[in-house]
Amino acid sequence: MQLNIFILICLLAASVWTVMTRSLLRSAIGLALVSAILTILMFNLNSPIAGVFELSVCAGLISVLFISTISLMEALTMKEVIDRMKERLRRFWLLPFIVISAGIMLSLFSLKFNLSLPLPEEQMDVRFVLWHARQLDVFAQVVILLAGVFGVVVLFAERKKEG
Amino acid sequence: MVSLFILAPLLAIFALNFMFRRLGRFAAFWVGLLFSLAQIELVLLPRLPFWTNSNFILNDVFRFSLGVDNFTKLILLSSGVVLAVVFVITKALIDDEAKRFDFFNLLFIIMIGINGVALTKDLFSLYVFIEVTSITSFILIAFDRNMHAFEAAFKYIMLSALASVLMLSGMSLLLLVCGATGFSAVAQSLAASPNNFTVFAVGLFLCGLFIKSGLAPFHTWLPDSYSSAPAPVSVLLAGIVTKTAGVYALMRVVVSIFGFSPSMKLVLLFVGAFSAVLGALAALTQSDIKRMLAYSSISQVGYIVLGLGSGSALGVAGAALHLFNHSVFKSLLFVNAAAVETQSGTRDLDKMSGLAQKMPYTGITSCLASLSAAGLPPLAGFWSKLMIIMALWGAGFRMYSVIAAATGVLTLAYFLSLQRRAFFGEVSEKHLGVKEAGLGLVLPSVVLGALVVLTGVLTPFILKSVILPLGNILGG
Repeated sequence: MQLNIFILICLLAASVWTVMTRSLLRSAIGLALVSAILTILMFNLNSPIAGVFELSVCAGLISVLFISTISLMEALTMKEVIDRMKERLRRFWLLPFIVISAGIMLSLFSLKFNLSLPLPEEQMDVRFVLWHARQLDVFAQVVILLAGVFGVVVLFAERKKEG
Repeated sequence: MVSLFILAPLLAIFALNFMFRRLGRFAAFWVGLLFSLAQIELVLLPRLPFWTNSNFILNDVFRFSLGVDNFTKLILLSSGVVLAVVFVITKALIDDEAKRFDFFNLLFIIMIGINGVALTKDLFSLYVFIEVTSITSFILIAFDRNMHAFEAAFKYIMLSALASVLMLSGMSLLLLVCGATGFSAVAQSLAASPNNFTVFAVGLFLCGLFIKSGLAPFHTWLPDSYSSAPAPVSVLLAGIVTKTAGVYALMRVVVSIFGFSPSMKLVLLFVGAFSAVLGALAALTQSDIKRMLAYSSISQVGYIVLGLGSGSALGVAGAALHLFNHSVFKSLLFVNAAAVETQSGTRDLDKMSGLAQKMPYTGITSCLASLSAAGLPPLAGFWSKLMIIMALWGAGFRMYSVIAAATGVLTLAYFLSLQRRAFFGEVSEKHLGVKEAGLGLVLPSVVLGALVVLTGVLTPFILKSVILPLGNILGG
């Protein structure tokens, strides 16, 4: 349990860094880091399939797409970044307080959902799940990765040629 | 053998890129066109053993759980038509052979995504195939690698990511309650134990699909994406991607899983009416032809959701028919827009005049598509809109029925404005030298125009045998 709490704190820290960092590229890398930490948490909570999907799609493919697209763009100067950040802070400074207040208010209502949760299927072998129960999803994952490869070829390799 | 709909394009990618690399660049177009036409042919021949034969050699390796009903076939037909058109116009519009080959590869991938969305019977698989189409769309929108394309692609991927988060959150909560993600298992579980928790989960999932469908007020990504993307991508997005990954998925989960509770109907009716009216009003104010068509798409999708919101078999059948009709006439209008932009060098309607004299095929087919979109008889759009309005009236939602009819007038207004500004009147001096677009754009326009007329003429004859059963299958 303590390990999970520690991982959650790391997750929170990485998330805050991802949102607050001034560089778009660092933000994309931060997103990959958040996904990687989330994957560790999923493995630790006995959800290896969810962990594998999280790692392959979010930490892998989405980050590749973000980074390749960002690298094709012209970076802002530090002054422009700071100006925009100030503008954003001016517009959205109230947002964290609203979210925290909403959370506190919701916690005051003792919401009861009367859930009858199904028991976890611990006996299922990961290999069986991947290659039999969720074979269609694995197939689609392969297609997503293929799309990522073509994305890098289309958006990245051409730029290299032009450069 | 239905798994071939998703396996064959993947095999084609591997064959064209790795096995027959030298031949691949030349063959990619013909293979893509052949696949698209074969898909149309298979849907039009429902009694072929293809649909029932389970002794297929690849079935031993790939044990996919797929399902086919009439609505699935309608989507496969739409995607076959639109993809065939996109393959043809891509060949006409992209000169660079290497770039065109990359584009064709991405089209094969999006074909897998669209067919996967249509065929799957599992909520998580549905989400994964929607992601296949979203990620490929993102790359295709940015394909031209200019500032506008990147801005549109970024806007698309950001809102798409938000939609994914909402869908994943909703699905996680449903999985928590239902313990499964299959359509029937989730539907049974929700029916057995309805509570606030599942209502919240359903709400999250629906919001995700509203974004993917481009419904107002979740539509902000759509006008930029449609207008900044290369012409073949605009046709693809407007013609089939948004329709399948958004609207079809929405219709499928509402009818097959969530059901038509009174609150569900009200949400769908409100969002549908809001989109229909807002899209039409916004389209009236546009001078960029592609942006006008993009806002028109928002309005027409609103119509489809209005039909769905009626909750009746007639409304669902009308919505499904309008989805198909919209795929056809909106693809046609975007092909026309591509022809106009290529030949006149502008997308600004205020700078065009009398182009029908110089581009007669484009002018006539554009007029047919506009009139069909506005719902004028006997064209295809008339029948689907009539069914939606009748379903709303019959289900007791008379106010929404009136809104739908009034929006039809707005639709006619902005399409007449488009026709008048671009095609009618005297040719401006600047465009005296304009000629009709090449065969690569004219041929798809003529075929799609003929389809608009043919669907309209045939609808009364196939109403009972083909169209109305769509509603029974979904509603059953």
